[in-house]
Amino acid sequence: MDSALIGTWLAALLTLGIMSFIYKDNLYYKVCEAIFIGISAGYWFITYFWDSLYRKAWVGIVHQGDYILLGGVILGAMMLTRLFGKIGWIARWPLAFIVGATAGLKMMVYFTTNAMAQVHGTVNDMMAAFSGGDLYDLIGRLVILIGTVTGLIYFYFSKEHKGVFGGVAKVGTWFLMITFGASFGYTVMSRMSLLLGRIDFLLTDWLKLVK
Amino acid sequence: MKREIPLIITFVAGVAFVLQYFIPHYPFSRFENIFSDWFAIVGAFAIWLGALSLMKLSLLNISKKSHDWPISLVIIICFLSIVIAGAIDGYHGLNNVPATSFRDPGTNFDWLYQNVYTPLSSTMFAILAFFVASASYRAFRARNTAATLLLFSAFFVMIGRVPVGDYLSGWLPERMQLSHWANWLMAFPNTAGQRAVMIGIALGTVSTSLRIMLGIERSHLEG
Amino acid sequence: MKKYYYWFILIALIIVLILLPKPLIVSPTVSTTLTVLLGLALVVVLVLTLRGHMIGRRTVFLFIGMSLTLPFFMNFQMPIKVSPEVQTLFDAMAKLPSGSKVLAAFDYDPPSAPELQPQAEAFMAYAFKHDLKVIIMGLWPQGPQQANMAIAKVLQQPGIRAKNLRYGVDYVNLGFQSGNEFVIQRMGTSFSGMFPRDIYNTDYDKIPLLNGVENFSNIDFVFNLSAGYPGTVEWVQIAVDRYGVKVGAGNTAVQAPSVYPYLSSHKLTGLAGGMSGAAEFEQATKEIGKANTYILSQSFSHMVVIAFIIIGNAALFVSYRKSKQKGA
Repeated sequence: MDSALIGTWLAALLTLGIMSFIYKDNLYYKVCEAIFIGISAGYWFITYFWDSLYRKAWVGIVHQGDYILLGGVILGAMMLTRLFGKIGWIARWPLAFIVGATAGLKMMVYFTTNAMAQVHGTVNDMMAAFSGGDLYDLIGRLVILIGTVTGLIYFYFSKEHKGVFGGVAKVGTWFLMITFGASFGYTVMSRMSLLLGRIDFLLTDWLKLVK
Repeated sequence: MKREIPLIITFVAGVAFVLQYFIPHYPFSRFENIFSDWFAIVGAFAIWLGALSLMKLSLLNISKKSHDWPISLVIIICFLSIVIAGAIDGYHGLNNVPATSFRDPGTNFDWLYQNVYTPLSSTMFAILAFFVASASYRAFRARNTAATLLLFSAFFVMIGRVPVGDYLSGWLPERMQLSHWANWLMAFPNTAGQRAVMIGIALGTVSTSLRIMLGIERSHLEG
Repeated sequence: MKKYYYWFILIALIIVLILLPKPLIVSPTVSTTLTVLLGLALVVVLVLTLRGHMIGRRTVFLFIGMSLTLPFFMNFQMPIKVSPEVQTLFDAMAKLPSGSKVLAAFDYDPPSAPELQPQAEAFMAYAFKHDLKVIIMGLWPQGPQQANMAIAKVLQQPGIRAKNLRYGVDYVNLGFQSGNEFVIQRMGTSFSGMFPRDIYNTDYDKIPLLNGVENFSNIDFVFNLSAGYPGTVEWVQIAVDRYGVKVGAGNTAVQAPSVYPYLSSHKLTGLAGGMSGAAEFEQATKEIGKANTYILSQSFSHMVVIAFIIIGNAALFVSYRKSKQKGA
């Protein structure tokens, strides 16, 4: 029998199994969920083996003589001691390395790109709009400036939100609500798109009702 | 020493990346390269730890014949099937001339990816669409000014970002059409709010990272 | 017996659907009738809700299912306007001369494929038709496999098949590496340091396309398809800010609103967000694909969700009025 046909029917049955959850929790859904968990774990396991451990570590050490990579392999092996209760504390070393490296890199990139560059962008565009942009652009840039400043004032919780300060923080709240509304709208779009993909598979690839 | 050495490792790794940001030359660039390579390898072992922990838990469930132990058996069978398929296809691929990849169309691994992993993972997230709609009907209420602003913003984005918005408002001047409102809303008010959140998170990240590197924050060493 | 009643109905429905003549496209009159019926059904829901009978969640699910499914059988065409962000992305790609080296970072998995796979296919088709050299990699393990699927589909197009594109010369797939943003960081100094071999285990130095490609300074443009972490944010933070490379992005709709500040501060060169962004990107590149088909269903579903929100709030206002009248 054609493996593609078997594959399509299997995919359709698994899709319907997960979708059966919207009616109510049932054994069919539980089995599909278990298959998903097993397959996911196995997928990540084997992919990381071939791509990172073989292609980078093994090739680097054995074929290219880059013995410094052994440090990473040793740290990684120490990570696996977590599986064994008594010697599980050894896993703190590679964990400390991951956390420290991430903290060091994130500190710099977040400060430059997410803080300084954003402030620079706000002020720079405001100046550009004042010195030659059209009215539409100027109003837009003003909205960004006011929204950013009032939003930041809202997040300043060291001072009580009363009086003028409280009023400005309230304006910041309104801008944040507009932001969250836009995020909600896009989230709805995203979720519908995901479901669309599955419906397309069922109608096009499985039932062949549409081209 | 069980606590001190990890703290020293955290500090050294963090400072290495901070220093190389300002001095991207030897020897700091060499440290950056070494630590980045080590991070990639340790990251792979971290995923292995997660997968093996799941297998350990499932095997424990089966051995103790606990509630839902057949589900654990299904998990282990599926895990082993894709691992064995990927291992054989990958090893076979290395010895082919020219070499092939375990991901290539036609391999057992790719068959499992296309017909088992893809439909399951996609559908898991797809059913959220139903719950988003149900939650919108039941809970999305304009009880105050803030909620009303949120609702109108969502309304303009949802209707303006799809062609039906222009279909309904096409008779209006271009700057009054729904798609234009949606674009304006995303480009200006949304950017302002997102920027405020972004700057706030950035400052929080800087302070947390400093606390971690200096050993003030030690929660990652618990357990 | 009652427990299995629904299973019998479902199996009977599937058998009927299999036996129906295919493809099943209804006429414009029937399409309009179905749309009006859906609207009338929503009016019934409104009346019921105003009378205090909140409809069950399964009825809401049915409406969503119908609003997404029915448009597949309809023949409506709606014009799609390209937004400024997508136009910026396309303009940046259009400026690339023939032979330019583009790094395509596939940072997504199958759940995000309905939004990002059409963008991937449109991008690959455009790149191949305009002789751009594509270097593929991924920060997500599924990314390179999604890239292979996009390439396999695009290579079936007659115009592109006639070009006899060769792997290793016109495009290459470096595969996936773990490390998240550290991969980008390392690529800033050396691509071969992070990817010593491609997915077919060929040494980096032996791949003709990668001759002279040492790091980001040898790349003309980065096109990133991202569904979360690691993704566009990390590419902007490291590749753009530290190494000065131009990055354009396609994002899922969940992520898109949060990257607008990067667009505004000119760190990101264009953005195609969600399904609508994918449809606009297909229009801009003139590579019409799945996104243009899906956008009608997307429109219907949005209208249904908006209708449910309005219905829910209408019930709220009616209850406010009733309580005010009682108070008075």
